[in-house]
This record gives sequence, structure tokens and C-alpha cells, in this order.
Amino acid sequence: MTSLSRDDVAKLAGLARIEMSEEELVALSSEFTVILDAVARVQEVASADVAATSHPLPLRNVFRPDVVVPSLSPADALSGAPAQEEQRFRVPQILGEE
Amino acid sequence: MIRNSASDMASKLAAGEITSVELTQAHLDRISDVDKEVHAFLHVDTQGALAQAAAVDAKRKNGEKLAPLAGVPLALKDVMAQKGIPTTCGSKILEGWRPPYDSTVVTNLKNNGIIILGKTNMDEFAMGSSTENSAYGPTHNPWDLTRIPGGSGGGSSAALAAFEAPLAIGTDTGGSIRQPAAVTGTVGVKPTYGGVSRFGLVAFSSSLDQAGPCARTVLDAALLHEAIAGHDPKDSTSINAPVPAVVHAARAGNVKGMKIGVVKELNGDGYQPGVRKRFEESLELLAAAGAEIVEVSAPNFEYALAAYYLIAPSECSSNLARFDAMRYGLRVGDVDGASAESVMNLTREVGFGREVKRRIILGTYALSSGYYDAYYGSAQKVRTLITQDFNKAFEIADVLVSPTCPTTAFKIGEKANDPLAMYLNDIATIPVNMAGIGGMSLPSGLADEDGLPVGFQIMSPVMKDERMYSVGSALEAALLSKWGAPLLSKIPVLAGSK
Repeated sequence: MTSLSRDDVAKLAGLARIEMSEEELVALSSEFTVILDAVARVQEVASADVAATSHPLPLRNVFRPDVVVPSLSPADALSGAPAQEEQRFRVPQILGEE
Repeated sequence: MIRNSASDMASKLAAGEITSVELTQAHLDRISDVDKEVHAFLHVDTQGALAQAAAVDAKRKNGEKLAPLAGVPLALKDVMAQKGIPTTCGSKILEGWRPPYDSTVVTNLKNNGIIILGKTNMDEFAMGSSTENSAYGPTHNPWDLTRIPGGSGGGSSAALAAFEAPLAIGTDTGGSIRQPAAVTGTVGVKPTYGGVSRFGLVAFSSSLDQAGPCARTVLDAALLHEAIAGHDPKDSTSINAPVPAVVHAARAGNVKGMKIGVVKELNGDGYQPGVRKRFEESLELLAAAGAEIVEVSAPNFEYALAAYYLIAPSECSSNLARFDAMRYGLRVGDVDGASAESVMNLTREVGFGREVKRRIILGTYALSSGYYDAYYGSAQKVRTLITQDFNKAFEIADVLVSPTCPTTAFKIGEKANDPLAMYLNDIATIPVNMAGIGGMSLPSGLADEDGLPVGFQIMSPVMKDERMYSVGSALEAALLSKWGAPLLSKIPVLAGSK
């Protein structure tokens, strides 16, 4: 039986950039024990000789002619921005002060 | 008028018996009358719909050649970008977002003169089977308002069953078109993967997502299918081939000599008696119409659900990383000195609901180093085995059939706290998405034990979508002559405001 501890869930939530309350961490940890047991069934038939399928279509690279076409105006591109400044997205600080 | 089929409405429009403005207004009136009870819509675009309708009427008056469904109204699932119209995907993280562009499906609808009434409710980011995961409250099944309308496209299916729209658009990642159709007594089609462009469809699981038509008759679904399908250079997974002749197939409804394969593994234990009874009856009707019924086996289908709940969360954990509070949508905690990372963390905590978080975390785990081979890698192998099962079955049969869902509509709240029980709803629909083939659900009657609609599923090989329309249309005709009236004529009358 696979299980995920409260700390495992907290680590995953950090990787996924989701703040979680203590109540959520504990609840998810207990739910995952049940869910992981159910999904682990895939291992019963996934033997080494079976090829993996990542996509239903056998596509390789798909190219189009390199032709300039109209694109969004700056105003349209910024229309949903939570904050903007000088025709740019204004975002919180990414790097430290130094 | 609002109870007619879309093709009847189109005929009346073409004959000048009604105008599109009148038809659109009738549906807008119906929405304002009953949507308080049903809650199918998240946004109704009254002005835009009437303006579109007036434009179609003007073109018709000028004698311009119009598309078959021109002037007929439609309900659009809120996962499709429509320029200037709120598009939330049932999520708080996109509340208030108005896309600056149209999805290709919307462009095709507009080019066909189809009137977009508004956006329909859905499970958040299409994750769910009941529409209870919408951040804006559940949609109610018009057959019984205490029950779920299916999901994720429960708003679209409920709008059809409540006569708020004769046509709707859905998207189907694991059954989100077909299961809502089944539990509301309507028709829903998941075309072959790549048959309809995904450009502007907010991605949940890119290798599984497929938009498709929802309607009250098989012919209406076919007409809408042809209107939205076709190659799109903006979607690299769009198939560059002619659209299957689905309207022709739906009009002919001919199953003589066709071999229909009953999938042994998608029936039996776990399927409600009334669901199985309607399924068996439908098989008899198809046999009487000239089809040959054979049994096929797909031994790996029992692993489809497990594989799906690894592949879809894995892809969603990556796709939903775009909701980072930087360029559009919600932003929380942007106080002086706050880091980008803390803003992302806080925004995603508040913006995503429980099920979305659950799947992002599950996907993050399944893709993480050390677990990748055991989970995501194994699930991809199961995907191969399922596709092989389909290929073998299609050597024996032209189409495959099963009940769409194991049960009829359950009560709102009944499975909300049991994710696994909820996931089991999609046991018969998921294999289709894994292989990228076509699938349809149409009503096969009401279950004896609860009087609720039962869906009949038809599956067709890649880009042979016309086959499911042939079978669906033949079965629909046989059931209609047996019942004397469409199934939806039995739906209880909604109280409305009057």
C-alpha cells in the first residue's frame, strides 16, 4: 500500500505552487492513500515489452509556412492583466534585492 | 417553438416562418424563466445574441446563402474562449477574465451564423462528473432538480433538456460530453481526437480533450458536428483530412449489414438493472433494423480508469501551471515586498477548488522523479494496451456499444466526498479518450426503478465518426416509433416564474 504523509503532500503542494492549510494537507494525505491504491493497478499489466503511448495521434513536428499574420494588439494582450505599467505586465518581485 | 429540434428550427427560419431574433428571444425568455431552478448558465449574452440574430436575419432578407444552422441558438460550455465574453471554466481563478480572442470553435460557430446565447456551467476546469465542482454552484438536472446533470458539461446538457437551447458545445476528456448527455436524456458526441480544433479550448489534459456537439437529436448533433469540425492550422493536433460525412450518415440511419460489437467488459456487475435492461432492448431494436450483434472482449479496459487518473492529472498539473497570477486572472497577496512565488502560492490556494488541487497534486506526484515510471509511465503503457484492444475489436465489428454510464443521475451531494466513487461514473466512457476514437451517447429510455434517463454509447474507429451517426440515427428512429414521442416529452414541467 502506497501512502503519502502530510509532509509529502506539503512538499508536492510547494512544487505545484499551492499554499495549503493544515486541514487540507491532512485531508489530502488520507485521500491519496485510497486513490494511489486504485491507480497503482496500472502496474499489473505495464510490463517491459509494452510500448508507451503519450498521444493518440502519431504526430511528429508540425510546421506551418513562416508568414506574418495579425496578432493581438498590446492593449488586447494586456486586457486581462492583474496589474500593468508602461504597456507591460507588472509582476511581483522575482529576484532578491541584491 | 423552443421544443423543436434544431433542424426543424432551421427549416422554419429558411422558410421565413420565424426570424432568428424571434427564436433567440424565445430562448432568452425561457432562460430567464427557468434558469433560476436549473442554473445551466454562468453568463447570458442577451445583447450579443440578439445582435448576431439580427445580422443573420438581415443576410437572409438580402438573399445571401446561409449555412444549414444559421440563426439557430446555442449554449457554449464556459471552457471555450469567446472574445469579450467572460470565460471562467467554472473557476474563481478566471473570474472576470474576458478573452481577447475567439476559440476556433467559436469562429466556426459565428461563420455558420449560429447564435451564441451564453456560457454554460461546468466542473472547474472540466474536472468532475456532476458539475458540483463549479466554483459558481451546481447545475440541477431538469429531470429531477435534486440530481446532478452530469459533468463536467452539466450546464450544456441541462440547457438542452430544459429547452433553454436546442444546441450546445461540450468538451470530453473522459466522458464530459457523453455522461451528461446520458443522464439528461440528450445526445452528445465526442468526435475523433483531432477532429475539432482545440485552439481556444482551455486545456485540462491535452492528449485527451476534445470538443464536440450536444443536441436533442442525432441529426442535430451531426449538423453541429459538421459546422465546428475540420482542420485548423492553429492546432498542431488537428487532423488534416476531410470531415467524416456525419450528416449524410445521420439522415440515412442505415445499419443493414453493419456489425455491432457489444463490449463484454462494459456491462454486468456494477451496472444498474434498469440501465442494462434499456441497453439490451436497444440491441434488439438494432438487430431488427438489420445489424448483426456480436460480442467483443477488451480485457485491458478494466485498467482504463486507473490509467486515466494518472494521465489526466499529470497533464493537468502541467497545463494549469499557466494560472500563475501574472498575465490574466486572479492575483492574491500582491502587497509591497511580496515575492512572485508567494503571490502564486496564495492565488492558487484561493483560486482553485478542492478537486483541481487534488488532481494537480496527484499529477505532480505521478510525474516526480522516482515515481514517474511506476505511475505515469505505466499508465502510458496501459494506454497502448487499450488502443490494441480497440484495434482488435474493430477487426470484428464496425462499431462498439455499451451503456454510457453504470447508473442514472445520482443525487447532488451523494458522492461529493468520495472521489473514487465519483471517478467510477466514467468507467465506460474513458477508454474512448485513451484511444482517441469517436464516441456518442444517445437516450435509450428511462430506467424502470427510478424513471431517469439511460444513455446508449456507440464507439467508432478513428475518423470513422459517420458510423456512430448511422447507428445512433437508426436506434433513435426505432425508439421513436416505439415510444411515439421523443423521450424529452416525458420530462417534468419546470415551475418557472409563471
